[in-house]
Amino acid sequence: MANTQGTTGLRGWIDERFPLTQLWREHLGEYFAPPNFNFFYIFGVLSLVVLINQLLTGLWLTMNYKPAADLAFGSVESIMRDVRWGWLIRYMHSTGASAFFIVVYLHMFRALLYGSYKKPRELVWLVGMLIFLCLMAESFFGYLLPWGQMSYWGAQVIISLFGAIPGIGDDLTLWIRGDYVVSDATLNRFFALHVMAIPIALLGLVVAHVIALHHVGSNNPEGVEIKKYTDEKGKPLDGIPFHPYYTVKDIVGIIVFLFFAAFVIFFWPDGGGYFLEHPNFEPADPLKTPPHIAPVWYFTPYYAILRAIPDKLLGVIAMGGSIVLLFFLPWLDRCPVKSIRYRGASWKVALTLFVIAFLILGYCGSQPPDTTLTMLARIFAVVYFGFFLLMPFYTSFEKTKPVPDRVGHQTVVIHGAGESKSAVAFGEVDKARMQSQ
Amino acid sequence: MNTLIITLLCLLPSLTLAAEVGYPLDKAPIDLTDQASLQKGAKYFVNYCMGCHSLQYERYNRMGRDLGLSDEQVRKNLMFNPDAKVGETMKIGMPQKDAKKWFGAAPPDLSVIARSRGSDYLYTYLRTFYLDPKRPWGVNNAAFPAVGMPHVLWELQGWQEPVYKAAGEGEGGEQSGGKEEINGFKVVKAGSMTPPEFDAAMADLVNFLTYVSEPMKLERQRIGVWVLAFLVLAFAVFYPLKKEYWKDVH
Repeated sequence: MANTQGTTGLRGWIDERFPLTQLWREHLGEYFAPPNFNFFYIFGVLSLVVLINQLLTGLWLTMNYKPAADLAFGSVESIMRDVRWGWLIRYMHSTGASAFFIVVYLHMFRALLYGSYKKPRELVWLVGMLIFLCLMAESFFGYLLPWGQMSYWGAQVIISLFGAIPGIGDDLTLWIRGDYVVSDATLNRFFALHVMAIPIALLGLVVAHVIALHHVGSNNPEGVEIKKYTDEKGKPLDGIPFHPYYTVKDIVGIIVFLFFAAFVIFFWPDGGGYFLEHPNFEPADPLKTPPHIAPVWYFTPYYAILRAIPDKLLGVIAMGGSIVLLFFLPWLDRCPVKSIRYRGASWKVALTLFVIAFLILGYCGSQPPDTTLTMLARIFAVVYFGFFLLMPFYTSFEKTKPVPDRVGHQTVVIHGAGESKSAVAFGEVDKARMQSQ
Repeated sequence: MNTLIITLLCLLPSLTLAAEVGYPLDKAPIDLTDQASLQKGAKYFVNYCMGCHSLQYERYNRMGRDLGLSDEQVRKNLMFNPDAKVGETMKIGMPQKDAKKWFGAAPPDLSVIARSRGSDYLYTYLRTFYLDPKRPWGVNNAAFPAVGMPHVLWELQGWQEPVYKAAGEGEGGEQSGGKEEINGFKVVKAGSMTPPEFDAAMADLVNFLTYVSEPMKLERQRIGVWVLAFLVLAFAVFYPLKKEYWKDVH
């Protein structure tokens, strides 16, 4: 019996019952990507690598971890000492959490640089933002599990933020904790959320993110749509198949990333107190509040915004707002040009200020509060919000440069005889390859 | 865009941890490969610390293996509880409840103390007990003000009194809020060790505690070298492969 893919044998048998060849073609073999991806385009695949690392190491950690208030801290130390290779699995997981945020922040920064959130990729961006939310929830729940002092008091502080909601606040925090303080009940439910609920949501969202991306096609550093010019079969002239070109390229990127990750895991696992915080090597003590409670580094920018505002409720709203605003990015940015290479000075200045604000807020949030730092946090919180709230204005009057029509073309090319040369250069790579062999 | 990246890189150094104020910490001479030092440290620990402090996550035989001692040597020299087995963790007999009554707070387990407080802190703390008649045990500590622990090592170190900075001298005067700042110590009653001998003994003890806090540290570094070497090799294989595939693009 024939199938639509024209395959025979075992693969034909499968293709009649499951779209194996079709999936392969749509997502790898005949997924056409622009040929000009740069450094910043590795972080998508790296976040997938880290996700798989977290799932696998997490699975093995759960085999020895005990989600009970009187056993949790000891079971982590037992994993570190008594479980064969337990220390490696644990360091891969704890370092993986920080690595996840590093690659995801760079992945999101890439979207800002090259306008990857703009039409037609709004849903790619929105699903990505949901992934980011899940990631924050996942790391928040997971951070309680080692049951150290910072785990305990970090959770206590974050949960108490919900208490700022008028009317239902106190009942809500009680409902989240399952107790009047962070306790065994809290640890148990956080464990369940960390290993079951959020990972399932994360996996589903990652699949949706990739499907949405492959539906509209990848953006590139020029911010040019390669789907605009296609050959008679509908294949983009400037596209190259993801496999083998980007599979071999990504393998190289993954190896370089693993080199840095392995360096941290084997030689610097606590990351100078940022990846594993020193106070977290002290077991949780509900009667002893540490002098300085700081969240892990990847939450510190939002924590700084929270602390910068004297009113608790307004602070919580601002902190939530600092993340919610990111969802609206595709509609706040009014500039039709995608890539920073062809955008105006106002955008370049705004983006630079935003990144500086993010880093300085991150620094402020990691330090014990003092008047200078609070002032600094206030100034840069204004810059942070200004970046988003003023965006509809400064992007409307942006002086942009002319955008090339196709990747690798300096000026706008009108379709005609002149483009056949470039078609050979990019579009017909496969044919050229075959001829050369 | 390159300017942007450079600007951001320039900001990175400002993200380092700010130093905490307080008594300046001495650098502990840590050398985890020095097994003689670790063995001496273990000896000091079981003799002077283990009356009150456990190492409840470290096993006797694991310690022996890592320090180059046989189970028999560990049993004879480092285990004082005749009922304990060599595969057990280094627990103590003192009940937490009583300890709390006696000292105000139960003496903490020290398995990972070197990771929570740092080796330098421990090295400084152990050497800066000084006479202070206002405290319940008659001693205070420069690194841990109002400490609850008595000076258990007085036999070795002897007793010392603090030497304060003269008023107005030094820039720390404001931070200490008008309180006198300790500048150094003078021995008022000598112990069985000279000060350099005592420093060396404390270096051994802190070295041991640092080992206990992460017993697999040397192993992970040893394996790490091989992992990095493997990744360099993998790069050497896959980078030319990538170039081969990509030579007809551009």
